[in-house]
Amino acid sequence: MDIKSIRADFPMLNGVTMQGKPLIYLDNGATTLKPQCVIDKVCEYLTTYSGNAHRGDYDLSHQVDQEFEHAREVVKDFINASTKDEIVWTSGTTDSLNMVAYGYALKHLQADDEILISVAEHASNTLPWFDVANQIGARVKYIPLDEYGCVTMENVEKAMTKNTKIISLALVTNVLGHHIPMKDICAYAHQHGIIVVGDGAQSVPHEVTDVQDLDVDFLAFSGHKMCGPTGIGVLYGKYDLLNKMNPTRLGGGSNTRYNSCGIVSLKKPPYRFESGTPHIEGAVGLGKACEYLQSIGLQEIYDYEQQLRAYAIEKLKTIDQVEIYNETSTGAIAFNIKGVFSQDGASLFNKYGIAVRAGQHCAKILDEYLGVNTTLRVSFYFYNTYEEIDQFIDVCKKGDDFLDAFF
Amino acid sequence: MPSFNDPQILREIIMDHYDAPRNRGLIDDDSYIKINMNSDTCIDNLDIQVKLNGDHIEDLKYDGEACAICTASTSIMSELVIGKTIKEARHIIENYTNMIYEKDYDADLLEEAIAFQNTYKQANRIKCATLGWTGLTRILDESEG
Repeated sequence: MDIKSIRADFPMLNGVTMQGKPLIYLDNGATTLKPQCVIDKVCEYLTTYSGNAHRGDYDLSHQVDQEFEHAREVVKDFINASTKDEIVWTSGTTDSLNMVAYGYALKHLQADDEILISVAEHASNTLPWFDVANQIGARVKYIPLDEYGCVTMENVEKAMTKNTKIISLALVTNVLGHHIPMKDICAYAHQHGIIVVGDGAQSVPHEVTDVQDLDVDFLAFSGHKMCGPTGIGVLYGKYDLLNKMNPTRLGGGSNTRYNSCGIVSLKKPPYRFESGTPHIEGAVGLGKACEYLQSIGLQEIYDYEQQLRAYAIEKLKTIDQVEIYNETSTGAIAFNIKGVFSQDGASLFNKYGIAVRAGQHCAKILDEYLGVNTTLRVSFYFYNTYEEIDQFIDVCKKGDDFLDAFF
Repeated sequence: MPSFNDPQILREIIMDHYDAPRNRGLIDDDSYIKINMNSDTCIDNLDIQVKLNGDHIEDLKYDGEACAICTASTSIMSELVIGKTIKEARHIIENYTNMIYEKDYDADLLEEAIAFQNTYKQANRIKCATLGWTGLTRILDESEG
């Protein structure tokens, strides 16, 4: 990987400053920067073939359909789905998970059924399940984390009961960043007729994803965390499960015909779930982002990020005031500077042009595991460098001066 | 009077109030008006209690989980307003708010609170520096119906 030439692809890494310093962007778990090719792809739609999709009565609209469906095909290949009809455009991971909760679980689960999640899940993989469970008298239960904060196969098996109907887990969580044994979980769950939902927001951007190999039933992920535009994401679902899922929104584009008696014929998946004019420039932009990541290589991206992470951990461990909460994981690094409230710490990094996240990171029940309410979080992407980590480490050493940011 | 433009002194004021917050700790007394201030955008979560006596602020207490900026600014505020009339307190709050938003203000009225004069440089922290002050304003508004 030629990091220098990769960085040249990103306008945000060439001249953008924060607090007068060149931007060092270490909040990739929140969102990622966009390469010029994605920006151009979005602008191309807006400037040369703006029109609506699925209305192909004239050349322009036909071109929109071609691009829009090509992007779906690209995403299908990116996660190795078996057909592009298993790719539903959504507004992002949150939207995708809500669609499974309200469109599938609410329809198929009953009172006393159980939904298994973990305390490390993002709010988007927690709150929809709370609500669906409340509505039908089902229960949300938790798979205990082990001493390292991991979901293990052993603990999944222990948490399962005869009432378990759905297991919904992040492949990599957004604070602790551990991989879960998704393939094993799917195999075991399927033996017991349990549906497995994957939150891929923090995994799909960073590694090779193969939904057929994993055999996961649903997979949700977001475009903007993988160099794509905001407001676009994907719900992958096995086709027969999408067929059994209700659309949570109805309107133009999802139906083939209806009459005044209220009899409606819905289209087949994925169009059944895509009422309303879709986020066309988002979809084509995400397709381009997938192609861009593939041109670099997902395995190469993963390997490089692991080297960056290992380098950062090694340096952080030399600083006495730094407490690391997830040394052994593969994703974000959660840490605190002792005696410094996380938000005060983030302001200190901000002063040096370094974007670092502070807080609960939308995992508000994780504190029960970590024993601390809030942390700092750094999350890398393939355009980050060892030099940036060195500068980040220098600021970590200034923890005692955290009020510097105010003067 | 120290020179209030010396960053080292301003820093010490904030650290002093963060390490040893004044009037911190809630009190179980129904004569206090209570409010919870839970920031939507960060983790700061403060309970504030105010005891009014006629048109005077007789006492103010607060507690919760908050960063250095939020804790110290609320601590300084408590010292500034206890014993003042509601009108005086509102005037102090108005000057503090003006300072935070880079408008004209009377530094003499704000005493140690001028340690937060540069908050605008970290715009995402304005909420931290004003959470306690907004809470007090809400309580005063409520008391005056």
